[in-house]
Amino acid sequence: MEATRFSSITGMVHEMIDTFTLSLMTGIFVGISSGYIGSLMVLKKMALVGDALSHVALPGLALGMLFNFNPFIGGFAFLFLAALATGYLERITKLSMEAIIGVLFTLSLAVGILITPEAELLEALFGDITNINMVDTAIAAAISVFAVIVARLIYNKIVLSTISEELAVSRGINIQRVNIIYLLLVALVVAVGIKIAGTLLVGALVVVPAAAAKNVSPNQRRYAVLSAAFGVASSISGIILSSYLGLHAGPLIVLSSIIIFFATVPARRLR
Amino acid sequence: MKSHGWMLDVSDLSVKLRGVQILDNVSFKIKKGTTVAIIGPNGAGKTTLFKALLKLVPYKGKITWNKKVKIGYVPQNLSISGMPLSVREFLLFKHAENIEETLELVGLENEVLDKRVDVLSGGEFQKVLIAWAIIDKPDMLLFDEPTTGVDVGSEEIIYEMLNRLERETGMTILLITHSLHVIKHYSDYVLALDKDVTFFGESRKIAEPSLLKDVYGSHSLFEHHRHGA
Repeated sequence: MEATRFSSITGMVHEMIDTFTLSLMTGIFVGISSGYIGSLMVLKKMALVGDALSHVALPGLALGMLFNFNPFIGGFAFLFLAALATGYLERITKLSMEAIIGVLFTLSLAVGILITPEAELLEALFGDITNINMVDTAIAAAISVFAVIVARLIYNKIVLSTISEELAVSRGINIQRVNIIYLLLVALVVAVGIKIAGTLLVGALVVVPAAAAKNVSPNQRRYAVLSAAFGVASSISGIILSSYLGLHAGPLIVLSSIIIFFATVPARRLR
Repeated sequence: MKSHGWMLDVSDLSVKLRGVQILDNVSFKIKKGTTVAIIGPNGAGKTTLFKALLKLVPYKGKITWNKKVKIGYVPQNLSISGMPLSVREFLLFKHAENIEETLELVGLENEVLDKRVDVLSGGEFQKVLIAWAIIDKPDMLLFDEPTTGVDVGSEEIIYEMLNRLERETGMTILLITHSLHVIKHYSDYVLALDKDVTFFGESRKIAEPSLLKDVYGSHSLFEHHRHGA
C-alpha cells in the first residue's frame, strides 16, 4: 500500500517535471560547476588539456552502454585514471604534457569509437538531453554542488601555486595533493557535462566561460563568479534554443558560450 | 648554548639535484639584524641555497635557526601575467589584517589594492611582493634578486626601503644580488658562493677591486654596474 502510494507520487512528480525542465535544471548545475572549476583550469594554462581530456571518457561511456551500468561512472573512471596517468607519464618519460595527451587521448577516442554501439555513438560524442531523467538530474546536481564546495576550499591554494610553486610550498601547501583533488573535480564535472554536450564538446563548457570571464574580471572573486555565471547563461540559452529549433543542445550551448566570449573581448578595457 | 646574536647557522650544507652537485659543504653564520648580500656567478647555487633554507629541496648538513624564526620569502619568476587577481586578494592569501599599514611601510598607496597584479609596474609589483613577505612580521627576509626587471629609480627606492625595514623592525635580511652598488651601500656582509663559500666577510672589504677579483675571478661585476647606472 505504502509502495503503491509512493510510486504514484513519483509518477505525478514525473509528469510535473517534464524533460525540458529536467534538462534546464541539469544545465544550470552543470553550467555553474564546469564554469567554476574551469576557471582554475584556465588560470593553470591547462585549457587545451581540459578540452582534450574530455575525449578520454568515450571508452568508459561505451563500456557503460555495453554492460548496462550508468555511463557516467565509466566516463568518470576513465577521466580520472587518464588525468593521473598523464601526470605519471609526464614524470617518467619527460615528454611534455601536450605530447602525452596527444597519444593518450586520441587512443581513447579511437578505441571509444570502435566499441561504442553504433546507435549511441552520436549521443556519446555530442550529448543528448532529450532522454534525460530524474536520476541524471539528481546526479548532476549532487556532483556539481560537491565539486563547487571542494573547489572553493582549494581555490586559493591553486592560484598561489600557479603564481609560484615555491611560494606555495613555503606556505605549507602540498601541491601534489591539491592537484590530484583538482583533477578529480575536473573528471567529475566533465563526466556530468557529457550528458549535455557529449565527449567532443564538453571541454568547451569548462574552458570558454572562464576565458570570457578572464577578459572582464578586475579580481579573482569576480572572475570565479562570472565564470560560473557565463557557464549557466551558455547552457540555459543553448537548451532553450535547442527546444525551439529542434537542434542538438550541445553545439548550441557551445556556440552560446563562444558568443559570450566574443562579446567580452572588446570589454577588456573596462576591467 | 646558542648565542642570542645569531639568526642562522649553516654548517656543511650540500645539495645535489639530479646528480649534479649544486652546493658543496657550505658553512656560514648570520648575525641578527644584519643584511647579508649573496653573490656569485650564474649557477653558483644562490637560489638553491634559499630553497634549502626553506626546505624546498633535499639537503645534507645542518641548518640551525635561532628559536622559532618566522621567514618571509620573495622568490624570482612569478607567473602573474593575465592573472585576474587584485593586490588585496593576493595579500589576503596570508590572512593578514594589517594590509594598509604594511602598504605604507613599503611606500604604496591604498589605491593599488584594487588593481590587478598583472597591470602593476615592475617596481610596484616588487613592493607588493615585499609587502607580502613582511605582512606577518617575519624575523628574517629571504630575497631573490629583489630588483630584476625594475628600473634604476625604483631599484634605489626598494633598497632604501629594505634598509629602513632593517633599522625599524630589526629584521635580518638575506638577499641575492648581482649589483656591486647594492653590496656597497645596502649590505653589512657579503657571502660569495660558487658551489662552496668563496668569501664571507664585511661588505666594505669586498668592494676593494683586488679582493673582488679574487673571489669573483673577474671585474665583470663592475662593468655590469656601470652600464646599469
